[in-house]
Amino acid sequence: MIEAINQVLNGLQLGLVYALIALGYTMVYGIIRLINFAHGDVFMVGAFIAFISTVNWHLPFYIAVPLSMLICAALGVIIERLAYRPLRYAARIAALISAIGVSLLIEYGGSLKFVFGPNYRVVPQPFSVVQWDLSGISVSNIQVIVLVTVVILLAGLQYLVARTKTGKAMRAVSFDHDAARLMGINVDAIISYTFALGSALAAAGGVLYSVAYPQINPFMGIMPGLKAFTAAVLGGIGSIPGAMLGALIMGQVDVLSAAYISSQLRDAIAFTILILVLLVKPSGLLGKTGPEKV
Amino acid sequence: MKRTNLTAGLPLVLLLALVFFVAREVLGSLEIINYYWQLILDQSLIITTAAIGLSIIYGFAGQFSLGHAAFFGLGAYTAGLISKLWGHGNYGVFLLSLVAGAALAGAVAFLIGLPILRLRSDYLGIATMGFGIIVKVLMDNSNKWITATGGATGMTGVPQIAKFPVIFSVFLLAVLLARNLRLSSFGRAWTAVREDEVAADAMGVDPTRVKTLAFVLGCALAGVAGALYAHRYPIVHPSSFDFLKSFDFLIIVVLGGLGSMSGTIVTGVGWVFLLEVLRAVLGQSFLDFRGVIYALTLVLVVILRPKGLLSGMEWQALIPRRVPEGNPPAKGETPNVSA
Repeated sequence: MIEAINQVLNGLQLGLVYALIALGYTMVYGIIRLINFAHGDVFMVGAFIAFISTVNWHLPFYIAVPLSMLICAALGVIIERLAYRPLRYAARIAALISAIGVSLLIEYGGSLKFVFGPNYRVVPQPFSVVQWDLSGISVSNIQVIVLVTVVILLAGLQYLVARTKTGKAMRAVSFDHDAARLMGINVDAIISYTFALGSALAAAGGVLYSVAYPQINPFMGIMPGLKAFTAAVLGGIGSIPGAMLGALIMGQVDVLSAAYISSQLRDAIAFTILILVLLVKPSGLLGKTGPEKV
Repeated sequence: MKRTNLTAGLPLVLLLALVFFVAREVLGSLEIINYYWQLILDQSLIITTAAIGLSIIYGFAGQFSLGHAAFFGLGAYTAGLISKLWGHGNYGVFLLSLVAGAALAGAVAFLIGLPILRLRSDYLGIATMGFGIIVKVLMDNSNKWITATGGATGMTGVPQIAKFPVIFSVFLLAVLLARNLRLSSFGRAWTAVREDEVAADAMGVDPTRVKTLAFVLGCALAGVAGALYAHRYPIVHPSSFDFLKSFDFLIIVVLGGLGSMSGTIVTGVGWVFLLEVLRAVLGQSFLDFRGVIYALTLVLVVILRPKGLLSGMEWQALIPRRVPEGNPPAKGETPNVSA
């Protein structure tokens, strides 16, 4: 039983990191209906920038994290500007192919020797790990830090989206581009803003992931990116609470199936659940069923 | 009632195929095409055969699939196993294994397609991608059930007996099959479903039947291509069939121009050669840049030609003409597919 609780806590930690990535997928999909395959790679860049700024530039961790979020926000905006905006009015598959291209570009670009290099790097712990033992249930300070950081970021995001004028504009744009433009909203700026927010969250996710699972390489973003994306679909793509719920479920599925069923088959289990959910409720757990455009 | 004259243009296709074949034989015997470039040529034809399958699924019938490499892999493993366990280089068993590879990929496509083809556009893409990842994980662990597959280390020991003539014949058959199907009643039904499923349904086209047929056929083509692959490349490895490889097929079909078979063939062959030419041109010291150049090319091409290189264009011989006389020859259609 206590073992199971510990596994659930591990799943929670992973799920929280997935939530940070999944939010970027779901916000971008909500606003321009694009599966942004490059998002997992922004997550990777976030982890690497924190790594470089702490190890090479000797910056303290609490500066490295916001710095990494800032740089990735800029990266997200640049990607959108150069690779997706020219294709906004083309068939949607064109932007998807462009996203795949950008993803490969970041991965192979990152593997170049003068960028991040192709090898695995071990991330030094920014602080000493403390394990607390609560009558058998073990909680580490890393889990607490992940939980607190994610909750703060999610609360911040919720505030930005639900309470600010820009957030209102974001919701308007995701509802209808043309109507939003008629209301005087600068659609391009809002889309850039969405990419900046999503990418900053992904960067934070990357840093937390590299603290919790301290090994990074330029291709590390692929699987977490896919899982987070799956989580967004599971929860209902386009829905922010849905992405969080989906991510928490995906974290549990990942950890519990690895612990109790088979660690080799865990990806297969995660995606089987995804397909089953899609078949029963294609719009996801919390997604709205919109009318199919014909 | 207009009928489609399937034989028009056929002699031209066959003549061109013959010219290509003879040219290859001559260049091969003169050692201008050496062992290495022959390998690349064979690879490009195998990949293009599978890509024609995806062209049927996505280009003709409009069904977005991100799991094509899984069916390519299923064909490779099925045929490879049959040849490895019972064939020992026997050519009859090899040909049988090609059929088995196509049949198994088609059968799996039928079983998975029936439920998931109800999903539309992005959701179908996500479900097929999920299926592709499941298949890859199962391949990684397949040695638990069948030792001969080698699991995550890959399968070796498949007799390498697929030579250029059989690869080229399968490729040619795939082209002719796709060409003739396109303007059959099924082909017209595919176009109808692609353009507007509800309207097609209202006109008496059964969308499920039509979509399933396209999916099964396209995946069977991927299966037969995979079967050839297993007999041409010494290692059949699960990582050759993961979802990133599915992207390759998607890229070929989209960059070629959705719905254009000429486009699929040109980009399919071109894409494989681009990668190898880059390897040759860049040299050892710049090999790291290959992935970067590949990715940049992809982004630039799609930004400059969002509809694909040959969208709306089709080599006339690949379009069977409609009779009676007096009708203008069928123009390449401009597909209007939303992903």
